[in-house]
Formats: sequence, structure tokens, C-alpha cells
Amino acid sequence: MPLDARAPALRPCPGVRIDGLSLHFGAQPLFDRLSFDLQPGRLTALLGESGVGKTTLLRVIAGLEAPDRGRVSADDALPLGGRVAYMGQQDLLLPWLSASGNVTLGARLRGERPDHDRALSLLGRVGLADRAEAAPEALSGGMRQRVALARTLYENRPVVLMDEPFSALDSLTRARIQALAAELLHGRTVLLITHDPLEACRLADVLLVLQGNPATFSAPISVAGTAPRAVDDANVLTTQGKLLRQLLGGEQ
Amino acid sequence: MKVRNLLRPVLTCLGLVALWWAVHAILQLPPYLLPAPAQVAGALWDNCATLAGGTLTTLTETMLGFIVGTALGAMSALLMVASGHLQRWLLPVLLLSQAVPVFALAPLLVLWFGFGIASKVVMAVLVIFFPVMSATFDGLRRVPAGWLDLAHTMNAAPWRTLVFVRLPAALPSFGSGLRVAAVFAPIGAVIGEWVGASSGLGYIMLNANARVRTDLMFAALAVLSLMTVTLWWAVDRGLRRLLYWSAP
Repeated sequence: MPLDARAPALRPCPGVRIDGLSLHFGAQPLFDRLSFDLQPGRLTALLGESGVGKTTLLRVIAGLEAPDRGRVSADDALPLGGRVAYMGQQDLLLPWLSASGNVTLGARLRGERPDHDRALSLLGRVGLADRAEAAPEALSGGMRQRVALARTLYENRPVVLMDEPFSALDSLTRARIQALAAELLHGRTVLLITHDPLEACRLADVLLVLQGNPATFSAPISVAGTAPRAVDDANVLTTQGKLLRQLLGGEQ
Repeated sequence: MKVRNLLRPVLTCLGLVALWWAVHAILQLPPYLLPAPAQVAGALWDNCATLAGGTLTTLTETMLGFIVGTALGAMSALLMVASGHLQRWLLPVLLLSQAVPVFALAPLLVLWFGFGIASKVVMAVLVIFFPVMSATFDGLRRVPAGWLDLAHTMNAAPWRTLVFVRLPAALPSFGSGLRVAAVFAPIGAVIGEWVGASSGLGYIMLNANARVRTDLMFAALAVLSLMTVTLWWAVDRGLRRLLYWSAP
């Protein structure tokens, strides 16, 4: 079954270039001339301690926050605005809309005609075909997050930014949704913030650790094999070891 | 459950009437100070046509005031949210207007709008405008930031964000304002009637007071309370059904 047959064909996904980014939080410098690239069509996981600026960085890329200096651009010379989908820590479902109403929210907000068949097929892909008319209140945390995933997919954007989207879920539900998300987002340029080294190693092609103040990136770690990887995949286990050593810094 | 919900207010009322009857029996107060429950029931029965007419007048004033006040309050809140400029000009004026006791304006309103229902409607509007406006304004401002961020990344036009996200998100707050308004609107109407009117429950109470017909005053008061409670109940029921996602 095609992933999203009714969606307009996606052009090749651009990489994202962050160039000389500086941002102050009050008097505190959060970033000072921070630069890095998100590789096109790959999933990059961003790790780091709480408060280091991961969410702020994501918000800057999403255009929700303006940096003091520096720029965020796509590497295909087209503007990045309008090509980014955002999935937050909370599912952000509107409680007065049904699951399918939430999936098509973007269309309504842009004044387009909501494509209900496509919303239904996407809800089917996340395993919620029979709950399309359910109110968010009637859905479990895992189901709600899957509706949010379907909503993100409905937007059909080449760049997807995710801020710990699965952190509130129990570990079994989380493992299932991780696999589903990796499969459905395959081929897009994705930046995923996570606190979970295992999640990062299972899903990501590239791992980045943000550290220090002002924050800087560690050397990127590549993960071999295609996502989603099994929890006991050899690549996952070796990378997880490498990653944990880096996160713990000089402690070990 | 349903029966118990109905039973509770009935029992409360019966308890209050019993207490009232006991106070009356023990203190032996003259009827012009505190009539017995039976006397009030008698007055209610004897004057039912007068009271019904008065209720109709007061209810009309209340409903018109409720509708107009709600519309004006909600519209002002919308205008203030739509334009920061307008908000900075309008909010101080509205706050200042609340510093003037509305009851002190009643004689002036009767002078300007006459003895008919217009002055009472204006009075009710003035009483409920602020609670509705301030609740709606609060609701519109306190939309979760995440929803607005989401709308922003979806390339929403600001007015579409207002219609599809902010307005529905503010409805529960607007509902709180509406519940307050349902209770306050009759107060406005009755105050207006006290100052100058030719019919209405407030008018009946004032007349009964002048003729030391305390039993009739109590009867009018009972009808007014029943009307207010019914109005609140209807509004609450309607809101619960309409705002199904935020029902407490």
C-alpha cells in the first residue's frame, strides 16, 4: 500500500543550513555563532541536557523565534518558510475537533478544502481508521500522539521538526510509535529532539549532542543501517555506547 | 443521580422554609416585619395575575439586556484582541466606567430613556457588559501558545487562526461570563424598576413596600429568585451541550 497515495508528490527534500546563529536569553548567551547542517532526507536526532537550548533551536528553525544574528535556510535556494511541519511535546490536538478534523486543521487554516479521504487514509496508516470521528478526549495518550503524527503527515512538508514527541508515552507504546514514525517519515529531512539515547539510536541516521553554554555541537555520530532498527540491533548497541560516553562527557 | 440532583435543591428550599417558619413561630414577629410562609403563599395565590404580568415585564427586560449586553461584551473583547491599539485606548475607558457605581446611574438612565423598558434594558446591559467582556477577553488572550505556534507553522492567516483556533478556545471563558451575566441581568432590570417604572417585579416590590404589604414583597422576591435560577439553569444547560469538550 502506498504510504500516502493522495498526497501531492514531494519534491526532493532539501537540507537545512543553520549559519552563525546567535541568541541571548536575557543576559545569558544561549548560542554564539552556532552553525550546522541538517542532511537532506535524513533523520537527525538532537540530544543534550535540559535547558541547553534544544527546543529554542527547533523553534528558530521553525520560524517561531527570531535569532539575534545568523540565518536558517534551505540548501536548494528556495525559502524554507512553508516547508516545515512541527510536532511538539504535547499532541496539541484541538479538543473541539474530531481526530480527522484535527488532521485536516492545516487545510482549514490555509483556506484550502480539507481532503477527508486523505485524512482517513493517514489515520488508517497510524492504526486509527476506526477512530476518525472520535473526540481527542476519548483517545489514549498514544492514540492522540498518533493523530498528531497523522496531522504532521497531512501537512506533507519536506522538513519535519519534532520536539520529544513521544516522551510522555509508556515505553511499549513509545517503541511502536517510534517505528511507525520512522517508517512514515522516511526520506524527509527530520530533526528530532529526544532525551532517550535508545530512541535516538533506533530512529536517527545522524546523532548530534548539544552541550555547554553558549551551546556547541559535538562531532556528529552516524548510525549505520536503516531505521527503525531493532532494539538489539548491533549498530544500535554500539552507537548507544558511544553516545552515552559522549553525553556523560569526561566522567567515564 | 438525576433524581438526587433535583432532590437536593428541593430539600434545601424546604429546609429554609422550615427555618423561616420556626423563626416566625418563636419570635412572634408582626407580619409587616416577617410574614409567615403561609401568608406569603397566600399573597402569591391572591396576586398571581399581577405577579405574572410583572414577571413578563422583568423577564423581557432581562432577556433583552442579556442578549444586547452579551453581544456588546463579546464584540468589545474581540475588537480589543484584534487590535492592540484599540485595546490600549478602550481598556482604560472600560475600567473607568466600572468605577462608577452602575446603581448610581439608574436615575439618570430613567431620565434619559424613560419609564418604559428601555432604561431597564440599558441598566441590565451595563451590569453584565463588563463580566462578559472581561471573561471573553481573558479567554481570547489565554489560548495555549502551542496551538498558536502550530497554526503559525501551518501558514495560517491571522484571521483564520482567530476563527478556527482562538475563538473556539475562548468559548469556555465566554461561557463563564455568560453564567455570571444570567444571574446579574435580573438585578439590573429590578434596580431600574425601583427607580421608575409602571410594571415589573421590582415595581410590585416597591409598591408593596410602600403599602407595608411585606407578604407580597416576599412573594415577588420568590418569583424573581425562581426566574433568575431558571435563567441560570437554562444558560448552563445550553453551554454544557454546546461546549461538550469542556464540560466540567
